[in-house]
Amino acid sequence: MSKTVLIVGGGLAGTIIANGLCRQLGDEMRRGEVGITMLGTSETHMYQPGLLYVPFGRIREAELFRDQRKVLDRRVNFFVDPAKHIDVEHNQVTTEQGRTVKYDYLVLATGARPMPQNIPGMREAGHWFYELDAARKLRDALNGFTGGKIVVNVNAPHKCPVAPLEVVFMLYEHFKAKGILDKTEITYTYPIGRLHALEPVAHWAKPEFDRIGIKYETFFNTETVDPEKKTISSMEGVSLPFDLLITIPPHAGAQVIEDSGLGKGGWVPTNTKTLSREGSTNVFVCGDTTNIPISKAGSTAHFEADVLIDNLVSLLQEGRMARDYDGKVFCFVETGMNSGTYVWFNYTTPPNPGPPSQMIHWFKLAYNRLYWLSARGLL
Amino acid sequence: MAERQTIDARGSFCPGPLMELIAALKLASIGDEIEVLSSDKGSAADIPAWVNKVGHSYVGTTEKDGCWSIVVRKAK
Repeated sequence: MSKTVLIVGGGLAGTIIANGLCRQLGDEMRRGEVGITMLGTSETHMYQPGLLYVPFGRIREAELFRDQRKVLDRRVNFFVDPAKHIDVEHNQVTTEQGRTVKYDYLVLATGARPMPQNIPGMREAGHWFYELDAARKLRDALNGFTGGKIVVNVNAPHKCPVAPLEVVFMLYEHFKAKGILDKTEITYTYPIGRLHALEPVAHWAKPEFDRIGIKYETFFNTETVDPEKKTISSMEGVSLPFDLLITIPPHAGAQVIEDSGLGKGGWVPTNTKTLSREGSTNVFVCGDTTNIPISKAGSTAHFEADVLIDNLVSLLQEGRMARDYDGKVFCFVETGMNSGTYVWFNYTTPPNPGPPSQMIHWFKLAYNRLYWLSARGLL
Repeated sequence: MAERQTIDARGSFCPGPLMELIAALKLASIGDEIEVLSSDKGSAADIPAWVNKVGHSYVGTTEKDGCWSIVVRKAK
């Protein structure tokens, strides 16, 4: 009897897994023993890290998108039909269009999304770059900016944890090139008592901020934004004025996760090593969707996906798991328009970023294109 | 009815125990307790300090074999 692997979510995590399974299970699929189905929300696949460059006009929007059906192996049964209810007791998912898809193995890869509406006034007064329309709006705001106070405000939880620092360094160079640095004041706020969650990154960033004159306010967890007075206030009792607010809004997981009772906030309780949903043996979770206390980042999704591919193949072929996820994360860090560094760590190895260089910046730019090979399961 | 949840942030370099707690408090109801497990000694000082600053309740900390258990109650 044919086994079905159902993947809910067509972002990076789901796409890598679908393509990886096709590459390793070609014989089984040819014999009709295994089928792979994906339920996505869009015909289009977006390279999310590229959004960072949109406000600065440093990427062409066409580079961010591919047709999802062209990114996916053609053997994947792909439906643009979002999941409406995930029933892990009965091994089936119902969709918004009324399909019921039964599965033997389920992969939840529904991702994370910014929720500026969760903080009063933030959607009205803030700009962000984690979604295309918002990034375009920020680009327009930057084009019209002639000087004043900018607040770069970071909220928990959020994905792509180095992007807030990257945007600060890029803003600095953008205003310097525009000749309005002397009329511009940038203040960066962060939820905990240092500039970044990763301690070595925070230690590196502080003297850099001091050197280029970026102000900062730590222990700043946003409570409200006042669009009329143009102020942002924290739970800790600090209020900052702004002419332009650039925020990294708090994130939530997919609504279908919460609606299906699979996890508060859309985050699914997940075993840190096997990546199986707590309480299930045939439900796995990948990428931003997990509640694992590690970075919500594309690289996390990628390394988790590699493990899940091996484990699903092994389960289907031999009835056993292959290996554990070791918590690996790798992030490039843009330190300006022409330099960059990177950081990697896992559950047992702390991060240790090296000195920024132009070479790493170029490598990051190259990866912006190489990404499509990752999504296809080739890199 | 108040709930209690545990965040096992041992070995979490990013986003780390306090960021995890901040995110969890946003989803919790008033009266819920959150236990944070951390292998970072700094959390034992940082978490109570932040919790007291923003007006939640610090319940207590225990340490065993290099692991700190810090319990917080959502108060507002």
